[in-house]
Amino acid sequence: MKWKASIGLEVHVQLATQTKLFCGCRTTDSNAPPNSSVCPVCLGYPGALPVLNREAVRLTVRTGLMLGCAIRATSWFDRKSYFYPDMPKNYQISQYAAPLCEGGAVEVEGEDGIRRTVRLRRIHLEEDVAKSLHIGRRSGVDFNRAGVPLMEIVTEPDMGSPDEAFAFLLALKRILLCLAVSPCNLEEGNLRCDINCSVRPADRSELGTKVEIKNLNTFKGVRDALRHELERQQAALEAGELLEQETRRWDADAGATFSMRTKEQAHDYRYFPEPDLMPVRISVEERESWRAALPEMPARRCERFMQEYGLPEYDARVLTADRAIADYFEEAARGASNPKWVANWMMTEMLRRMADAPSEAWARLPVRPAALRELAELAGRGVINSPTAKAVLDVLFERGGDPVAIVQERGWGQISDAAAVGGLADRVIREHERVAADFRNGKAAALQFLIGQGMRLSRGKANPALLRDELIRRLGSRSESAG
Amino acid sequence: MRNEVTHWTLAETCRHLEAGDCCSVELVEALLAVIAERDPLIHSYIYLNAEEALDAAREADASRAAGKGGRLLGVPIAVKDVLNVRGQPCRCGSRILKGYTAPYDATVIARLRAEGAIFLGRTNMDEFAMGSTTENSAEGPTRNPWNLERVPGGSSGGSAAAVAAGEALAALGSDTGGSVRQPAAFCGCTGLKPTYGLLSRYGLVAYASSLDQVGTLTKDVEDAALLLSVMAGRDPHDSTSLDTPSVHYSAVEGFDLRGLRLGLPKEYFEGGMEWEVERTIQAAIAVCRELGAEIREVSLPHTALAIPTYYLIACAEASTNLARYDGVRYGYRTPDAADVETLHSRTRAEGFGREVKRRIILGTYALSRGYYEEYYGRAQRVRTLIRRDFEEAFRNCDALLTPTTPTAAYPLGERVEDPLRMYLGDVYTVPANLAGLCGLTVPCGFTKELLPVGLQMLGPALGESVLFRVGGAFQKATAWHRQRPPFPVAGSAR
Amino acid sequence: MEQPQINVEYVARLARLELEPEERDLFQGQLDQILSYFERIRQVAVEGVEPTAHTRPVYNVFREDEPTPGFSSEVALKNAPSSADGLFIVPRIVETS
Repeated sequence: MKWKASIGLEVHVQLATQTKLFCGCRTTDSNAPPNSSVCPVCLGYPGALPVLNREAVRLTVRTGLMLGCAIRATSWFDRKSYFYPDMPKNYQISQYAAPLCEGGAVEVEGEDGIRRTVRLRRIHLEEDVAKSLHIGRRSGVDFNRAGVPLMEIVTEPDMGSPDEAFAFLLALKRILLCLAVSPCNLEEGNLRCDINCSVRPADRSELGTKVEIKNLNTFKGVRDALRHELERQQAALEAGELLEQETRRWDADAGATFSMRTKEQAHDYRYFPEPDLMPVRISVEERESWRAALPEMPARRCERFMQEYGLPEYDARVLTADRAIADYFEEAARGASNPKWVANWMMTEMLRRMADAPSEAWARLPVRPAALRELAELAGRGVINSPTAKAVLDVLFERGGDPVAIVQERGWGQISDAAAVGGLADRVIREHERVAADFRNGKAAALQFLIGQGMRLSRGKANPALLRDELIRRLGSRSESAG
Repeated sequence: MRNEVTHWTLAETCRHLEAGDCCSVELVEALLAVIAERDPLIHSYIYLNAEEALDAAREADASRAAGKGGRLLGVPIAVKDVLNVRGQPCRCGSRILKGYTAPYDATVIARLRAEGAIFLGRTNMDEFAMGSTTENSAEGPTRNPWNLERVPGGSSGGSAAAVAAGEALAALGSDTGGSVRQPAAFCGCTGLKPTYGLLSRYGLVAYASSLDQVGTLTKDVEDAALLLSVMAGRDPHDSTSLDTPSVHYSAVEGFDLRGLRLGLPKEYFEGGMEWEVERTIQAAIAVCRELGAEIREVSLPHTALAIPTYYLIACAEASTNLARYDGVRYGYRTPDAADVETLHSRTRAEGFGREVKRRIILGTYALSRGYYEEYYGRAQRVRTLIRRDFEEAFRNCDALLTPTTPTAAYPLGERVEDPLRMYLGDVYTVPANLAGLCGLTVPCGFTKELLPVGLQMLGPALGESVLFRVGGAFQKATAWHRQRPPFPVAGSAR
Repeated sequence: MEQPQINVEYVARLARLELEPEERDLFQGQLDQILSYFERIRQVAVEGVEPTAHTRPVYNVFREDEPTPGFSSEVALKNAPSSADGLFIVPRIVETS
């Protein structure tokens, strides 16, 4: 029998805010000492009250607008009750009945190159829980993460394979980076996924029994867990077994999923509107002003880079993967006589030097985009040679400035003046008459020696192509074979 | 001074301090002496901050000598055990907050502190403000200063008893369904429940978030106005606090009620009220009429639904607000729990008293799968009907006059294990919380057993000034609020 | 409309309250009585009536995304019944329900 899988994802995205969702404690990374970014609110102290972070709402709505969601005119928060030691209040402030964003979709390109649409159900805002660590037979709880804003993106079960789920996550991450709404640092747990998946005979339309897999921290983990879980379900169905609706856990070391709880043991979350917070209303004007400030979708920008700047697809993809990089490139490429020169500098030197830098670093780089454009021009037109250009870039990275001024100030300009280079050629021929004669007699390799001597005499500043031409002109044009 | 201080109001005390008739240290010492004498019988306080209060009094006296001011400079105030005061315990009358020391000030406390107030001690209460008798306290019951065999009311029973017995000049309480007004009526104090959102709830330990409001228990209306003026105003730490212009409240002006229309909700007078209470209330209404108010009948048709609506909403919210007491971050923890669920369940079983457990179970049920729409959802809609009743009534009158309670203070132990009967006693007070109104109770007479009776005035949202005008004029025309229980007190402490 | 029956044992478990059998029976009786009085709320027509969550709804009460000082970890742990190495200590957490 042929089988068909349906996969839905719930992606929890940490938002790029400075402070937590309901209090002024800083969002910290895992290096912060435990329980060092806490206060009465995020520790759930008696009498403490939440106050909503405006920026978290803006970032969530911005994401919703980018993904084509409908933005609710009025939305509110609910309490979701369950007891767990990582929950300071033993209820989580989340959105249940009226999320900020509803609907929407993400375009995903599969490995087969075919584009599919993964529909979204909703995007809502909620607070993160604390982190617990095992210490021998006990556990320790660190509340630094408790209350950090999470945006939960819930898809419809529109994905048909583990690879498609993987591609969805990559596409989503690209969009989130482009929007600058999340640091998207997977090691820090900035993106965490819950999966729901089911398998059914290919000729049936109603979905099979749904199984949930909780809390995956990596995209690869999602793919591996799905590969394994779908196989398990298929094998069970082929053996004539009935599947149970349940929640499972992926154990990467064991390479298998394990049951956590069945439907009968499912939580009774007792959602009701959070009385400590007022509803959120987003006016049409506000919504539209946020919409107008949206960046271009990475996929569309990629296509535009190919057309507008004549970039190969690979380069366009790399340069649009991160919005900060794309913005930087575009500012540099705009007005360049040959944008491909700029792209080449981006793809090689710039990305190499910036490999470990965070996205935000691009905006503060001492190398201004206009300076990179100048540098690419100087090198492209042969005013300076490649080692000199790299030396200029070193200076730019160190303290910024204008490449032309740097070249002049250091006397690094390439000698491209025909008369000057011609004089140089004359001198080389005079000083190496034997070698010059060899060349005239057909020994093509002799030319390289002469060019090398010319470069040495000019301390590397001579335009090598021009020097070559001038030498050939003086030695006669019997050198076609040397080409 | 010990005897005088038991009679002083806040405003009088401020005047005496300013005039130099006494200093803050003398004042605190006098109150501590009264407490030492009377509180072993009454048990208003569950924590005294004597040393720190004396230090603060010395500082206040020094400040005054240096010419510094503050509307409450050097004035001690008693605080219900439900408000966080930095450095003091805050146990809400519960075992589950054993060992907890507040690391921060509630906003209302910070505002009183900024005006120089001193926090003398913490008053007894029904655990987590759940109850109408102050018997549901891990610290044992408080007794009514008018009769030690009677309850002082609750949940702010400690605050009411302290003010009535002269152990405090004024006290803070909290009112979720009548918890300031009912004990004020039972003890013969003036009790104010401000409009929801007028006072910040930040630092007030939550019982039912959409109903809770800090209130005051004082000797007269003028003091209620003074405390409200100091504490009111928008707080950025409380999303539900209202952005109102700052008002200076006063009850000093106005000797008559001419031009005011006062409504009598007919449903409140249709039986259920003790005859002694009714007689007293009718006499009080007559006083208002003589003062020039136009008295008219109004109708609040959904009154009979107020009790179930209130208890469903309050218990549902409470069931989540009290989920945080789990023995992990603060407070009591059961010894030797081997796993997390046992830690939670046993800590809570041992830490909470019966009434709290009952309400948590009721509230959890009202929100649980399959019952939400039938109970909590319905209660939210009926709340709308009750709110609309009041909106309609306030179209035709400026304030309402009602009894505060259907009976005067009843004997200890009478209702503690008859929860439904206890709940029904809140019939006149819960509607104000459900509708977000303001309410004021003033002493208006005594039963023949010499137990105080309270007259309740209800005003529209942010209608505090009207209540102060009515209450102020009433207290200028009557002397009920100046009556103090005889001491030694009637009845005997068992 | 029949009065629903409260299952005190199930609800108490949800609320993490370990009850003694006598306490459970006592509550069962009292809550049955209370809920039977509350039946009156289930007799009212509320179709089309908006629920009231806040009596004076205000919208968009926000704080700006600016850090404010909180507790030091010493203060945070001062009230803890059990702590070690800057952490709140609990019995080992097992990842099941």
